[in-house]
Amino acid sequence: MSKLQKAAIKRRDIREAVEQSLRARKRRSWRFRLVGLVAVLTGLLLLAIMFTSIASKGYSAFERTEVLLDIDLEEAVIDPEKTRSEEVLMRADYTGLIKTSLRKLFPQVKKRKQKRALYRLVSTGAGDQLRDRVLQDPSIIGSRVSVWLIADDDLDQYYKHGDSQSRLKDYQLQWVAQLNADQRLRTAFNSTFFTAGDSREPELAGIRGALTGSFFVILITLGLSLPLGVSAAIYLEEFAPRNRWTDLIEVNINNLAAVPSIVFGLLGLAVFINFMGLPRSAPLVGGLVLTLMTLPTIIIASRAALKSVPPSIREAALGMGASKTQMVFQHVLPLAMPGMLTGTIIGMAQALGETAPLLMIGMVAFIADVPTGPLDSATVLPVQIYLWADSPERAFMERTSAAILVLLAFLVLMNLLAIWLRRKFERRW
Amino acid sequence: MKKLRAVIGTSVLVASIGAGAASRDTISIVGSSTVYPFATVVAERFGKTTKFNTPKIESTGSGGGMKLFCEGVGISHPDITNASRRIKKSEYEKCQKNGVKDIVEVKIGYDGIVVANSRKAPKFNISRRDIFLALAKQIPDPKAPDSGELIPNPYQTWKEVNPSLPAYRIEVLGPPPTSGTRDAFAELAMEGGCKTFGWIKKIKSDSKKAKKAGNKALAKELKNHYKAICHGVREDGSYIEAGENDNLIVQKLEANAKALGIFGYSFLEQNEDRIQGSLIDGVAPEFELIASGKYPVSRPLFFYIKKAHVGKIPGIPEYVTEFTSEKAWGDEGYLVDKGLIPMPREEREKYARDAKELIPMNF
Repeated sequence: MSKLQKAAIKRRDIREAVEQSLRARKRRSWRFRLVGLVAVLTGLLLLAIMFTSIASKGYSAFERTEVLLDIDLEEAVIDPEKTRSEEVLMRADYTGLIKTSLRKLFPQVKKRKQKRALYRLVSTGAGDQLRDRVLQDPSIIGSRVSVWLIADDDLDQYYKHGDSQSRLKDYQLQWVAQLNADQRLRTAFNSTFFTAGDSREPELAGIRGALTGSFFVILITLGLSLPLGVSAAIYLEEFAPRNRWTDLIEVNINNLAAVPSIVFGLLGLAVFINFMGLPRSAPLVGGLVLTLMTLPTIIIASRAALKSVPPSIREAALGMGASKTQMVFQHVLPLAMPGMLTGTIIGMAQALGETAPLLMIGMVAFIADVPTGPLDSATVLPVQIYLWADSPERAFMERTSAAILVLLAFLVLMNLLAIWLRRKFERRW
Repeated sequence: MKKLRAVIGTSVLVASIGAGAASRDTISIVGSSTVYPFATVVAERFGKTTKFNTPKIESTGSGGGMKLFCEGVGISHPDITNASRRIKKSEYEKCQKNGVKDIVEVKIGYDGIVVANSRKAPKFNISRRDIFLALAKQIPDPKAPDSGELIPNPYQTWKEVNPSLPAYRIEVLGPPPTSGTRDAFAELAMEGGCKTFGWIKKIKSDSKKAKKAGNKALAKELKNHYKAICHGVREDGSYIEAGENDNLIVQKLEANAKALGIFGYSFLEQNEDRIQGSLIDGVAPEFELIASGKYPVSRPLFFYIKKAHVGKIPGIPEYVTEFTSEKAWGDEGYLVDKGLIPMPREEREKYARDAKELIPMNF
């Protein structure tokens, strides 16, 4: 065999070997891409299942059933002395008027037990609804008005979901059928859900109390953790000397970010409530506890943002004669701001969805009044979801899902804001 | 500088607010998750119909509530605690030690614990002995039940426990050990069945005898032995701890027709179209039968008032009056609509009177 032939054979072998390994490499990369795609698709599928399941369960809570009743606003009952003073109008027996109207509508109902069942078709909050109407316009006293009143949760569930989920008795169903035939039933937008605080009657329960509580808590958390976190990050990254102490601090911050949130609740109970004597269940304490929880996240994100500012910027500023403080605050900080804000917003979103640390400081509680300040007792949205999920009344199930939808909407909004801020202020080099 | 300023600003803010919070005008209530649905309804009505704020109610469990309640007197401590069992002697003593001297006890009614399954399956008719044999960790050897020998629970299906029951695998969803419902279930249902074995019952009477004879160590040992036999629940997957969320248990029962679930009567009442309560010792978990005490697995519910807070925190007597009024806890009151089993009229009158005069309990 000549030298040339040998060389040719060798070249062919090499070529084959290369081609084989190339095929294997291509297969490997294809497999990897496939695995990635499957992972993404599975994630999307699970997300879609979660969303559709929550939305399909929850959307009906945004509607409520109402009953049309003709009510004689008898002056003798509401305001026998014709004073028209607000106090008298507030205290009048509106529930009694509603009962009279129901009895007139169904004169055949005589037995005491059946009458009670009849009254139960209308919500216990209907009297307040009527009262508000009269207070708004006292001149309607003495006349006969047709009012759409909130139906009781059992009737509401039956009207919205049909037979399969009904606790109504047969005779009650007959009355409902009659009301329906007279076109005295309708569904309308459930404004109570957004304007009322918590209630043990599902048809009167709303998320306003929890939303206000969440608002105060997040406001305090943001107001404390943003300046504290950002200043700590700037000091540690730009000014602090590198020695064993700063190393220790750094390790501690990284560890704190991984501490289970309930630990912060225990800390808050010991320090803010037992030692400092702040009131239990107050959004102020909730905000302080969540500040402790989000601080490490914000510090770590802010330091990463500061680190990512290229050294050329710093050197240029220093070269132009800026002091170190001027360099940090006029050149580095503006460039690092979008990253810091993103970190902060993600920290806030975490705080918004947190329940465990709030359990320890008494914010997991039944609180019907809407809080008016950060010292009033309050609960927050995720806690409200937890409390409703545990209530025996069936109608709370759809309200649980609806509250989850509201919470998700807020979280999505906050994340969108983070993305928008990043896009708007981001600088590329 | 900026950090320093922020730190000073924060501490000043916190300190000033802390100083301003030296009074409270909302009643603070803690305690049992079983009483929670009733107390919240009363609180809501109370808030709506009076000039006082709606009381704040935390669901901490009976034990957790007692702990908070007995920690001391003052605005940072709760005014009322709810309980699904009576206050324990140790808890009462802790209260006394911490200065919580006068405690007013109010019994509010009863709660039945039901063993229920899906309506798609046949209704169970079980005895407390069946419950014990199906769920206990150790049972007396079935071949020689009186020998005093204990063996690990061998039963896999209900039919093996009692031939009249269906051949379903034993699968019971129930609350975890932290729950008052579980305590009551162990005490009333499991122990009730356990005691039907003469030699086990004898352990308890021996313990009492030893205590009388002054042998405290032996008495305690025997008592613990008795409790371990009667309250020990098997851990091989037949008893499934389903968390405190009773709604979840109801949903799981609907999905799995062969499983049984343990929860409070109010959940059965709300879901009667989907699940049915089993007969226990031949008695169905029905309103009248629980109220009359015929249904064997029912327990009293209480709340406790800190007398030292009456007059300091506005509205406590009025709240108690609302709770103990006929329109709330009476036979046709609104609490009954929520699933509370009322006490007989004379008992209601007695407790309402005691509550009104705030007569403290003594142990």
